[in-house]
Amino acid sequence: MRLGFVLNEMAQGLRRNVSMVISIVLVTLVSLTFVGTALLLQFQITQMKSYWYDRAQVAIYLCTDTSPSAACPQGEASADVKTSVEQRLKSPLLKPYLKRYYFEDHKQAYQTFQQQFKGQAIAGYVTPDQLNETFWVKLKDPNQSDIITQSFNGVAGVEEVRDQRSYLDQIFSILNAASLAAIGVAVLMLFSASLLISTTIRLSALSRRRELGIMRLVGASNFTIQLPFILEGVVAATIGSVLASGAVWAIVQFFVQGYLAQALPFTSFVGIGKVAIIAPMLIGAGILLSAIASGAAIRRYLKI
Amino acid sequence: MIRIDNVTKHYRGANRPALNGVSLEIEKGDFVFLVGASGSGKSSLMRLILREDIPNSGSVFVLGENLRRIPGRRVPYFRRKMGMVFQDFRLLPSKTVAQNVAFSLEVIGKSRAFIQTAVPDVLEMVGLGHKANNLPSELSGGEQQRVALARAIVNKPAILLADEPTGNLDPATSEEIMRLIERINAAGTTVVMATHDRGIVDRLQKRVVVLSEGNIISDMRDSGYVSVDKPTPGFAAPEIATEPALAQPPRLTETFTETIVTSRSFLDEVIYENEDEK
Repeated sequence: MRLGFVLNEMAQGLRRNVSMVISIVLVTLVSLTFVGTALLLQFQITQMKSYWYDRAQVAIYLCTDTSPSAACPQGEASADVKTSVEQRLKSPLLKPYLKRYYFEDHKQAYQTFQQQFKGQAIAGYVTPDQLNETFWVKLKDPNQSDIITQSFNGVAGVEEVRDQRSYLDQIFSILNAASLAAIGVAVLMLFSASLLISTTIRLSALSRRRELGIMRLVGASNFTIQLPFILEGVVAATIGSVLASGAVWAIVQFFVQGYLAQALPFTSFVGIGKVAIIAPMLIGAGILLSAIASGAAIRRYLKI
Repeated sequence: MIRIDNVTKHYRGANRPALNGVSLEIEKGDFVFLVGASGSGKSSLMRLILREDIPNSGSVFVLGENLRRIPGRRVPYFRRKMGMVFQDFRLLPSKTVAQNVAFSLEVIGKSRAFIQTAVPDVLEMVGLGHKANNLPSELSGGEQQRVALARAIVNKPAILLADEPTGNLDPATSEEIMRLIERINAAGTTVVMATHDRGIVDRLQKRVVVLSEGNIISDMRDSGYVSVDKPTPGFAAPEIATEPALAQPPRLTETFTETIVTSRSFLDEVIYENEDEK
């Protein structure tokens, strides 16, 4: 089999079917951009998780006078409560799991609150005694927060034990849903892309049925007959997936790094390096999909 | 070389089989005409020999291959040993004469060097060396068929199948094509040719297999009948066989003509054509 011949046949097919080829390029571009975006979101979630989970602590909120009476029938936690909580944190039972802990009293809590809500109306209403005194506990392994929760939940004078990760999980589940939605759209579009590829290849075969007939007649092997058509689909889809990789790069470069990272300076966003991982995946997916779709389409023309 | 054993081919939707228990043996170097009306089974037989179809029953052996058993992936390699031409030439209109011939070699992976020598050689042989760079549309029908023949034989096939190769050509051009096919045959290629043109059949004095409604009704060498499978009542041809005139005539004589006219054989049309020519 001669490479030059196969490539020449493929080029002819691409030329004759220009508009269909362009539509394949566009559909693979859009669908793979969705796939790439979904992957970006997943990377972003992973990155944020590792960033925030590292910083997340378990808070042991002590009762205040304004706490709901169901949790804190005695009102403001007494000094005894504080001592017993602290002792328990120091006990051999819990100590091995802790990295460190510190106590935040009303005054410190008030300062932190004033900083966080600076300029907002609520900063004016809140008084120090309304804010919980808190033991902030940093675990060696953030996944073991249950140990603290179980040890202190329901203890007299403790209003609530809260793993900060539970707040983060809500954000992550929203991001996850968005990335699943993107994957859903991508699957739908990839399906239509594969149908489009097989239709195009069938048209291409139809427009070259004379050649196909003669090739079969003179004994060209199935591989030689198929290859130009498969390559035709693969080339079109590869162009689409390369463009999709470019689109993903542009999203990271101009939207994530250029806009989001400026607007939200304290959040860590996916870097341009992730594109180097996503792009080969997109191109590989494009090639695989188009090879299967066009191979299946041309097979029907090869019944001997 | 070709052995067809009790072959039946029934196409779906047809009310009678295209071939009905046909047996035929063709030796290496033979030149065989398949004649018969449209729908008599000539083309079906050729399709079976080329393994375009598989018979419903019976077996087809070609070049030592049992075509019912040959696996699909080996079929292309089998076809490389066969050449085929058609009534409608089947050239690629966008390729030149030389490119058309080269195409059949390119797709089976022949080297550029081989193609560069084989194509001019075969075009010279069919007398089209000077038109190598013309497009098929610039050629006459006879020239186009010569290109098709060049394409069929460029890979030196053992068997040449010709399905009405002169069907679209005028008698003089047909003669040229037949001379070329005879030369190909003389070089050792087995030729099986389906035709309606009884003038050609008659002039060439080769083996003639007559098909009618899927049956071989006569199989006649230039020296007479080889075998008759299923004689059809009312078909007059068998009677000619007993005529002494058929035993040796290398060409049409007046006596031969009269003999056939009186026997009102299937060769009638031929005779009238010949008389017109005189």
